Amino acid sequence: MKKLLASLLATLALMSGVHANESLVLDKFPKERVTDLAALQNGAKIFVNYCLNCHSAAFMRFNRLKDIGLTEQQIKDNLLFPTDKVGELMKVSLDTKDAKAWFGAVPPDLTLVARSRASASGSGADYLYTYLRSFYRDEARPTGWNNLVFPNVGMPHVLWELQGQRAAKFVEEADPHDPAKKVHKFEGFEQLTPGKMSPQEFDSNIADLVAYLQWMGEPMQTQRTRIGAGVLIFLAIFTFIAWRLNAAFWKDVK
Amino acid sequence: MAEMKQAPAGASAGEKLLNWVDNRFPASKLYKEHLSEYYAPKNFNFWYFFGSLALLVLVIQIVTGIFLVMNYKPDAALAFASVEYIMRDVPWGWLIRYMHSTGASAFFVVVYLHMYRGLIYGSYRTPRELVWIFGCLIFLCLMAEAFMGYLLPWGQMSFWGAQVIINLFAAVPFVGPDLAILIRGDYVVGDATLNRFFSLHVIAVPLVLLGLVVAHIIALHEVGSNNPDGVEIKGPKAPKDANGHPLDGVPFHPYYSVHDLLGVGGFLFIFTAVIFFMPEFGGYFLEYNNFIPADPFKTPPHIAPVWYFTPFYSMLRATTDDMVNVLAVIIGLAAVLNLVKGKGDGKTKVVGLVVAAVVIGLLKTFEAKFWGVAVMGGAVVILAGLPWFDKSPVKSIRYRPSWHKIVYGVFVVNFCILGYLGVQPPSEIGNVVSQVGTLLYFGFFVLMPVWSQLGTFKQVPDRVTFKPH
Amino acid sequence: MSNQPVDQSRRTWVTMACAVGGAGGVATAIPFVSTFQPSERARAAGAAVEADISALKAGEMMTVEWRGKPVWIIKRTPEQVAGLSKIDGQLADPKSERKLEMTPEYARNEHRSIKPDVMVAVGICTHLGCSPSSKFQAGAQPSLPDDWPGGFLCPCHGSTFDLAGRVFKNKPAPDNLEVPPHMYLSETKLLIGEDKKA
Repeated sequence: MKKLLASLLATLALMSGVHANESLVLDKFPKERVTDLAALQNGAKIFVNYCLNCHSAAFMRFNRLKDIGLTEQQIKDNLLFPTDKVGELMKVSLDTKDAKAWFGAVPPDLTLVARSRASASGSGADYLYTYLRSFYRDEARPTGWNNLVFPNVGMPHVLWELQGQRAAKFVEEADPHDPAKKVHKFEGFEQLTPGKMSPQEFDSNIADLVAYLQWMGEPMQTQRTRIGAGVLIFLAIFTFIAWRLNAAFWKDVK
Repeated sequence: MAEMKQAPAGASAGEKLLNWVDNRFPASKLYKEHLSEYYAPKNFNFWYFFGSLALLVLVIQIVTGIFLVMNYKPDAALAFASVEYIMRDVPWGWLIRYMHSTGASAFFVVVYLHMYRGLIYGSYRTPRELVWIFGCLIFLCLMAEAFMGYLLPWGQMSFWGAQVIINLFAAVPFVGPDLAILIRGDYVVGDATLNRFFSLHVIAVPLVLLGLVVAHIIALHEVGSNNPDGVEIKGPKAPKDANGHPLDGVPFHPYYSVHDLLGVGGFLFIFTAVIFFMPEFGGYFLEYNNFIPADPFKTPPHIAPVWYFTPFYSMLRATTDDMVNVLAVIIGLAAVLNLVKGKGDGKTKVVGLVVAAVVIGLLKTFEAKFWGVAVMGGAVVILAGLPWFDKSPVKSIRYRPSWHKIVYGVFVVNFCILGYLGVQPPSEIGNVVSQVGTLLYFGFFVLMPVWSQLGTFKQVPDRVTFKPH
Repeated sequence: MSNQPVDQSRRTWVTMACAVGGAGGVATAIPFVSTFQPSERARAAGAAVEADISALKAGEMMTVEWRGKPVWIIKRTPEQVAGLSKIDGQLADPKSERKLEMTPEYARNEHRSIKPDVMVAVGICTHLGCSPSSKFQAGAQPSLPDDWPGGFLCPCHGSTFDLAGRVFKNKPAPDNLEVPPHMYLSETKLLIGEDKKA
């Protein structure tokens, strides 16, 4: 019985490796930023300034930003429109009809985007970190921008002034699955005009923004793991006591 | 009026109160019959934790469910937002939500392991058939409960999963399309569907589940528990002590209440580890697509049912036109075999041929989509037949020929492979493997009257094997 | 009762298990009970409200909503302020001593307010919750006495309140109108609902 279980487990372990999805290769998001308050605050600033014009974050309250170290006054002064109240949700006034007309699609709500974009290729944060850094100039698109991670996306490169304009170089190659066909293979980016930030600065700011998006998807994530550690320690003690209690009764059974 | 018992002289207030109650309600009698004087075999092992754990998870789901319903809004326009409201704005709401979502998956882990115990130790055999049948009904209700509960968050997966599964009912011949509309309450999955699923998930099915669980336990206590050796501890031949209690048994309370507490501790450790450190569990317990509100105009690229349904979903997908032909051939061969080598008289053999012909006719008449539903449903329902399929002279796997262990092993591995394939998008090779897997699954049951009798069986002991510890 | 000797090891572990298990049970119950507390949405909706009184003229009243209740802000004339102390004899609780929680300490004075000329009160009758009507005109009127100094009349059961929200004697309402927590953000801006610096 034990041998059967062991071989079963081995089979299952092997199967998880077979899972490979070759379609999307994502950069790794630097996870430690999610617990860095300064990074989260910077990310919040970028989010409110660049994203909140078109995208809503309708499940996120402004005053929840106190959890990342901002005071109510700082929130009111830097992140709120004068008509908003600090306890309100991050809704946006972009009309859905206008959005469809301008972008072809309604900009989705971003509160949970870091949770919904997870896949076998990587975490949601990996996806967003790669996506936001993969825009390139494309005259064929109505916005003038295209994206490697989300081909023909309706969103323009909102942060283009910070990154500068880049073109993507493609090379025609034989399709590995069907030699008769050709595929475009991405070779690299070419900087057309400089941005206000250096590539490293830009990447770091994007990491901060993605850290904020990840935090916003589940604001209580750091408390969750902290409380969890305590609960597990308690349960370990309880299980030990239950084990000795069990032994104390069963020692009499012959 | 019946004779009321008097409390003995000098009884405490508590004893007098108990006596008052006992004269009107069988409190002490029930306590004795089902706890302090219910003798259970003393050789229960690890596999015997899962019954009490299933009861624990049921309680967890009901309690967390009650608190979720206080803040959840069963309205297509408000449901998704109300779940995020619970996660963010309700104090500790996130914990209760994660307990409920993890509990749903934990329920199936526990129940599958519980059923596996029944399988390997022959716990479904006489006189415990009804315990097993109630259990199968509980399993069916659990699947319905989970399916309906999954619609409630109104995410992309909720919506499209429900759309697909309800559309399967439309495959039923003649009544299908109307049946699907009746279930939905609308032409597509919508607010009407959500509202009725809410009522069924919160009130109707839990009540039925509770009733079935009570019946399951009463039926068990009526005939007594089985054990890993399959030796009856309470039969006329079983040895008893001076008080008439089985020598191989111990009172459930305190021995198994304390034993189950240990199981609870271990289970809660794993359960809370998941809740606090990986509530999404790689997208298997909380699917990533469900963090997007339902959009009737946009189907996600890859829909899969939740992991606990995937073995059966695989079998559904495997039932293609080719597969239906294979099934027809198998039934035909079975009828011919019965004709040539069957043990019945001439009349039964002719009846067998006629039945086979009718079935083959039906297989070719109705579309494969319907037969897929039938296969999926059949895969669940066939479990109930186990007490009558199993013709082994011995109950427990311990005393069966060693190669029977391989048969059970293959069954389990096959079930897991079918489950894995159900999560993956369809593929050429996956299709073939699930078809083979489906045949293996059904073959296990249908051929059991034959294979369960084959081989050299070991001597079943008179007493249970127990090592004092 | 059994005659067996007490098994000490059993007893020890049973006690320990009950103690630890009990603590765990209480700890588990706390989050569940906490879900009953007002949510962030309720707190946001119940947040303090700003009121701009720059346009409020003497003898006028404005109403703002706070936590679903009407809050009156009345600009009293100097005569109305002076008249407050003269009618103490007609009032049930002139010094607002009966229920201290209805009157914050900065309003426990002659005029039941921070500034003598601005009165802030919750416009809900302390009898059964109707909202009284304003009757600022002094003198005899239907349902009011001949020496009516000006104030409020509740249409439901006839309770009357003066211009400091104090209830008159022998009326169904037991208490003076509640003065909500409030503070001045500037000379012309009131914050209703909070009286400490945020």
